[in-house]
Amino acid sequence: MRSPIGWWRDPWRRPRILVGITVVYLLWSLLPVLIAVLFSFNNGRSRTAWRGFSMRWYWGDPVRSVWHDASLHQAVVQTLSLGVITTLITVPLGVLFAIGIDRWRGRPPESANALMLLSFVIPETLLAVALLFTITVVALPFELGTTAQVVGLVTFQLSYPAVLVRARLVTIGTQYEEAAQDLGPSPLGALRRVILPMLTPAIFASTVLVFADVIDDFVIVRYLSGDASTEPVSVKIYNTARAAPTPALNALASILLAAAFVAVVIGYAGYRLLTRGESAQHDRGIGSFAGEV
Amino acid sequence: MALIASPFRRPRLRNGLWAALSLPGIAWLCLFFLAPLYVVLAIVFGTLDPLFRTPVPVWNPLDWHGGQFKYVLTHIFGASGIFGPALLRTLVYVLVASALCITIAFPVAYYVARLAGHRRGLILALLIAPFWISYMMRMLAWVNLLAVDGLVNKALGLGLFHVHVQWLSGRGIVVILGRVYGYVPYMVLPLYAGLDRLPQSTLEAARDLGANRASAFVRVVLPMCRSTIVAAVLLTCLPMLGDYFTNDLLSASPQTSMVGNLINETVNAPGEKGYAGGFVMLVLVVSLLPMLYYVRSVSRAERIAT
Repeated sequence: MRSPIGWWRDPWRRPRILVGITVVYLLWSLLPVLIAVLFSFNNGRSRTAWRGFSMRWYWGDPVRSVWHDASLHQAVVQTLSLGVITTLITVPLGVLFAIGIDRWRGRPPESANALMLLSFVIPETLLAVALLFTITVVALPFELGTTAQVVGLVTFQLSYPAVLVRARLVTIGTQYEEAAQDLGPSPLGALRRVILPMLTPAIFASTVLVFADVIDDFVIVRYLSGDASTEPVSVKIYNTARAAPTPALNALASILLAAAFVAVVIGYAGYRLLTRGESAQHDRGIGSFAGEV
Repeated sequence: MALIASPFRRPRLRNGLWAALSLPGIAWLCLFFLAPLYVVLAIVFGTLDPLFRTPVPVWNPLDWHGGQFKYVLTHIFGASGIFGPALLRTLVYVLVASALCITIAFPVAYYVARLAGHRRGLILALLIAPFWISYMMRMLAWVNLLAVDGLVNKALGLGLFHVHVQWLSGRGIVVILGRVYGYVPYMVLPLYAGLDRLPQSTLEAARDLGANRASAFVRVVLPMCRSTIVAAVLLTCLPMLGDYFTNDLLSASPQTSMVGNLINETVNAPGEKGYAGGFVMLVLVVSLLPMLYYVRSVSRAERIAT
């Protein structure tokens, strides 16, 4: 048995304190959410007292369940469609932007890159208010509603694929492209046949990340929603969390959680598959998938 | 000869090609990011329609009126300072929450990046998990737990007493802890990435040369990851500045309102859009320097990488 002082001085001791902090942190960050998911299966009306397991709040209840309450399942549909549309616009826009900025020499691309990074760190509320003012005051060809929400989300998310693809371009380097061009094809041909395939993992990862981030968004989609028919799940939660407490709200949130979880698991599996040929010097772990900036 | 020159033929044309590729993205950012910020300026320094109380933007900077912005500024300090407390609270809450965030996030990130060994993948997945759980869902979870008949009060009563603490009505500490809960994941990940890049050999050298654990940490680890820490703090502070929903969900009381709440309350009120724009300008001015610092440090890191 060693003395505590000896234990403290031992350079090879196991990091018990840090392990403790990490475990407590993980429990604290995940347990409340797990409890909320658990209560979405509650058989009673309460979100705090357990009355046994049921699927009542998903589809069992003929009035208030997510399946039967039109406003709730409309919110799910709106959230998922915003996710799909935004992702389809953001990813190509961001990928082309990143490739162009990476190759384009001169002053303008640096400013464009700075602009993109600013859009990444600006407090979301500021962007949302600015867009709300723009759409309500300036005569634009679209009104508040789904189009406005998509415009706002694309603006806020554009930096995600741009940053991920640029990071990937840096690790690829220029030698493959130069080799390709020595063998004949034009710059565009080399881009399409050599660089784009090598970018696939980054493009794939950013697709998943943008989708998962969009279905979680709140500030932009709320200000640009127009009326209740275009309010997605996050806004429904905000509106009713303090007002009408039934576990249907937890069920709604859990459905979204499941959607994000499925997207990320599929995404990560696909990412591993796409990068399977790569050597160990590239980190193919979940960290690189999530795009540590 | 032609073969050697081929990658460099017609460089100007190729530059044009790359510019064309990034043009849609640049146009989008100019249209929907830069231009709207100017619209905010035009509304703040614009006038009000006397009949409908709707804002009338003034596009020409030479014709700008300072009336609405002046109203906001003159109501911060002094006897008519109705906005002052909320602004001060914003500063205090954001600082306290960020300090708590870094105290929690740093040890966790340090452990996962440097000491977790074969469990690293699993722990990292759990660390990233809160990213995919919607912020609203995570706040909803706490609304449930902190309700008067919620699990927190039940746990405090140990099943013997009835505890009726009203956690969700205007308690600053609940709002701060809610923010810490909400934003810590955004700090853990960048810290992890930065600590992961620290060269192990430098640390071992410090220990070999006689530094004890504490001084090796203070004199080697901290200086080497200073920019990482600054970036991580910025990435959590900046979104916190505009956050009003955490306050609304966890307190819903003017006693804990912050600048985000001021924006949210005035943005759709008739005749007060200009004030909302004024608050937006205030937050923008305060956050512009940190934002530019972040952009500069990221651009520099990119330049080193290429």
